[in-house]
Amino acid sequence: MRNVFLFISRYRTFFTFLILQGVSLWFLFSFNRFHRAKFLGVANEVTGRVNTQYNKVEDYFELREENRRIHRINDSLLNLLPRNFMKADTSLREVQDSVPFDTLGHYRRYYFRPATIVYNTVNGQKNYLQINRGSNHGIKDNMAVLSSDGSAVGVVVGVSPNFSQVMSLLHVQQKVNASLKKSGDFGTIEWDGKDPRVLTLRGIPRSIEIKTGDSVLTSAYSFNFPPGYMLGTIAEIVTDKSTNFYVLRVKPTANFYHIQQVFVVENLQFTEQTLLNQEAKKRIEDPKKNSK
Amino acid sequence: MSDFLRNMIRFAVLILLQVYVLNRIPHLHQFITPYLYFLFILWLPFSVSRQWLLLIGFITGLTLDYFTMTPGLHAAACLLIAYVRPFLITILTPKDSTEFNYREPSPRAMQWTPYMVYVFVLTLLHHGYMVFLEWLSVGSFLDFLIKVVATTGISLLMILAVELLFPRKMKFRTNTA
Repeated sequence: MRNVFLFISRYRTFFTFLILQGVSLWFLFSFNRFHRAKFLGVANEVTGRVNTQYNKVEDYFELREENRRIHRINDSLLNLLPRNFMKADTSLREVQDSVPFDTLGHYRRYYFRPATIVYNTVNGQKNYLQINRGSNHGIKDNMAVLSSDGSAVGVVVGVSPNFSQVMSLLHVQQKVNASLKKSGDFGTIEWDGKDPRVLTLRGIPRSIEIKTGDSVLTSAYSFNFPPGYMLGTIAEIVTDKSTNFYVLRVKPTANFYHIQQVFVVENLQFTEQTLLNQEAKKRIEDPKKNSK
Repeated sequence: MSDFLRNMIRFAVLILLQVYVLNRIPHLHQFITPYLYFLFILWLPFSVSRQWLLLIGFITGLTLDYFTMTPGLHAAACLLIAYVRPFLITILTPKDSTEFNYREPSPRAMQWTPYMVYVFVLTLLHHGYMVFLEWLSVGSFLDFLIKVVATTGISLLMILAVELLFPRKMKFRTNTA
């Protein structure tokens, strides 16, 4: 017996090796579903925290791709909005069509295209943005540009094959038709060229009750902007005593400092509307000029 | 810095490097993963007793197993090299030399050739045993051979690179200590 103990103590390293080896092999080969559940329970406590920290860092590297994906989904959803469609309600068609509704009776008025900002300024008095879509992608002059949350950004003023120049709301020559969400009265949004965080809304009559925080939306009377998208919220009310109109300071909803993804919105009836507008003016105003 | 603290830091760095960098880089081949973490065992001080060496090797392997969800696989392989390590060191280092007073295995302590033999044998043992255990469940014999040779080659390259990039400060073991 003594010899056995002597033998064991002499080769104790070897026996330790054998025992530990046996333990690890037992781990390895008896690793069925039950053990996996137990093992994962323990392992999650140990490694879970480390993995969480690591994932936090890793997520940052995938943010750009993630943004793009969400923007793409927003695009497909915005194209589905009923606001983009307008019901054809000419009386002529109703008379011809005895069926009260027709799936083809709705036709599309606004079409959204996603784009990414490649250049942007806010510091000058005439600020432009550049987007990575151009005439090759169907962009034309006078299309409206909305940011990815649907707030107004500007209007396309120049088109090259692959890029377009957008006149930002922060441009002293920019004038956008706006209306109050509460009362529907409309006015014009301008920028005085001073503070990029403040726009000016003019043309709202003093007879209307207005509070700070009221929403200002794109107007239905605009040729390029689709109606009902956020322009900003009223930040300050200045009553100009010389006129009957308010001068309203508006905080723009779109954050021009870090804008990345936008939508270019096409009014599919833009040409028709502007042509009609010009021709009618010409027809009515020209004889007046001739007579003078 | 004490030996203990230094080895703890080394342990953490090597395990995290293995889990979050080497296990995640796109595989060079469908089977081949570069391994470096066992360098921790190769670099343990000479003074660690054989019993402790076994225990440390086992824990190192098991820690990696916790991350890779393969309980016992790396532990078995690490245990093997921790067991073989003292024998190799006895064979490869000059015993009667009075100049031999380094703390841990390194090219400067053992000379380049014996050190590379030491690294090569342990790497081959580690990978051979680990791939063998994996191969018992799946795979063909040719796959087994290719994988052992390829992973050993890559590990050797990386260890060589590490040795050249981070030459460790040599600490002398004095008689008074």
